[in-house]
Amino acid sequence: MSPRSRISLGAALAALALTACTTTSGGVTDTAGPEGGPVPVKLQLQWFTQAQFAGYYAAVEQGYYADAGLDVTILEGGTDIVPQTVLAQGQADFAIAWVPKALASREQGAGITDVAQVFQRSGTRQVSFKDRNITTAADLKGKKVGNWGFGNEFELFAGMTKAGIDPGKDVTLVQQQFDMQALLNGDIDAAQAMNYNEYAQVLEAVNPDTGKLYTPDDFSTISWEDEGTAMYQDAIWANTEKLSSDAAYQDTTVKFVEASLRGWAYCRDEAEACRDIVVAKGSKLGASHQLWQMNEVNRLIWPAEGGAGMIDQAAWDQTVSIAQDTRNAEGQTVLTKAPEGEAFTNEYVSQALENLKDDGVDVTGESYSPETVTLAEGGA
Amino acid sequence: MVRLRSVLYGGAALAVILLLWEGYKLVGSPQGWSVNEVRLLPRADDSSMPHVWTVAERFTQPEISAEGSSSVLVAVLRAAWFSFRISLAGWLGGVLVGVALAVLMQRFRTARDALLPYVVISQTVPLVAIAPVVVGWGGQLAVLGQPWQPWMSVAVISGYLAFFPVAVGMLRGLDSPGPAQIALMQAYAASWWQTLVRLRLPASVGHLVPALRLAAAASVIGTIVAEISTGTRGGIGRLIIEYAQAATGDPARPWTAIAGAAALGLVVAALVSALDLALARFNPAGA
Repeated sequence: MSPRSRISLGAALAALALTACTTTSGGVTDTAGPEGGPVPVKLQLQWFTQAQFAGYYAAVEQGYYADAGLDVTILEGGTDIVPQTVLAQGQADFAIAWVPKALASREQGAGITDVAQVFQRSGTRQVSFKDRNITTAADLKGKKVGNWGFGNEFELFAGMTKAGIDPGKDVTLVQQQFDMQALLNGDIDAAQAMNYNEYAQVLEAVNPDTGKLYTPDDFSTISWEDEGTAMYQDAIWANTEKLSSDAAYQDTTVKFVEASLRGWAYCRDEAEACRDIVVAKGSKLGASHQLWQMNEVNRLIWPAEGGAGMIDQAAWDQTVSIAQDTRNAEGQTVLTKAPEGEAFTNEYVSQALENLKDDGVDVTGESYSPETVTLAEGGA
Repeated sequence: MVRLRSVLYGGAALAVILLLWEGYKLVGSPQGWSVNEVRLLPRADDSSMPHVWTVAERFTQPEISAEGSSSVLVAVLRAAWFSFRISLAGWLGGVLVGVALAVLMQRFRTARDALLPYVVISQTVPLVAIAPVVVGWGGQLAVLGQPWQPWMSVAVISGYLAFFPVAVGMLRGLDSPGPAQIALMQAYAASWWQTLVRLRLPASVGHLVPALRLAAAASVIGTIVAEISTGTRGGIGRLIIEYAQAATGDPARPWTAIAGAAALGLVVAALVSALDLALARFNPAGA
């Protein structure tokens, strides 16, 4: 064979290799679904499997999605996976994301809409040892203040600003790691913590002075709900364009929200069963940690005065105004202007709640009372 | 004999590392050592640096308290095996692409001028920028009718890191025959293909072997980082993050996964050494 024919052989092989890779139609669902079969739906989470997402796993395990005619696949997150971007690029049908971060992506052009505000309250706390006497945002002045950055720090910064502290000058900001050791060994005076995760980690550690686990009595916590700078967190986001043009997707959205809220109602009433579902799904966090997380997450959802998932205009406005006005350590705000277009809608969650009420599901959880969870060492 | 000695030295090096660890714990300050708030030496307390035997003991305990939970050792081995297979796929892909690129660049001057700068630039793009793009594209692809699997994204990223040393090393190797050798092939009226097979490929082995080692290291690192980045379940990278989340109350746990990652690196290095021996017959000079 001459060199030339060899080259054309190589080109033919390369072409063959390329055609072996075919694109699937848009990556995700044609919302119509196969004839008569369930509609395939992909849900992108923010992080690995844990009780923070128990309602969705419960809706899969309990068959709520299947009953609604949906075949839901749950995609776990990773350190560099941005759920709202995955959604906007069309590789998922719905995504779970914090409202301020999702709004920031929206400002960058992501066409997404908040269709259900699952977490009605913020779970972010600032935790410190009791002897540091840090019980309000104003007490942070002059202290070493831990924060995660990457857009997770704005409630803290808004709280400090509101208390008359300049976060850039009056405190020493410390970048926090995944764990809470910096708080325990004194590198940080007040550490950022989610009440359903990092705060539990602290209570699972052994206090070297007593040889026993730390207790809530050892710590002070600042809640941004109490300080008035809380922002909306986990919400279900949908594709704005498909919401406005695709009747089948609108229908799927109502069904998805409805079945998800049914899952969350189940987890409210059966926290231990939901803990078991999450552990069975391969979470590497221990069982007592997951039960704590389930319980604390329930407290962020229930009771829901206006019905689970409903977006409250006042709380939404507070989130947006903090996102527009609060400057972080680099002097940036989350948003440069008010969100344009349909950033949120109660249209679908209202329908979902009506359907659930007709079915006799308690969607406000007025009688909900949290359990007392005992944590084991290391969360085991 | 040589192999026995290298195993002994390897074991001794491991023992020295463990002794240094425990030695530092003995003499180091539990608070570490800082100058002007800048930490120069790490803390030596049990939560920052757990004892070697605490970590060893942690391996034998169940991973989580749920019923039927396997021991940490089993979990770490399973994850390392998962990551090993992805690394292997990434390494093979990277080597194939690297060799193909090198041959192409050796054959066509234009290809060399056009490709080589981009081959170099490709390695300056941070992995955290590539990972979401690969996952995004992968989600829309199907290979031979099979849907794209998350591990394939990780293998692609691993291969992306692995092809570079191979492409550059192989090109150097293909270029290495001297003018006299080339002239001889021309005197035989050898075709480009014959010159490649009989002269350039054998001559490149000395350059290829170190490149394969670098590629192996790069593919393991690429796999672990990509697993963390994309959150792909099953591998040692994700296990490190998951265990690190529990570090506050269970400081020995993340070290078990880190030890697993180190062991994975050692195993891959040993395998490449074996490959080195297999290729030695093409490379009597032992470059």
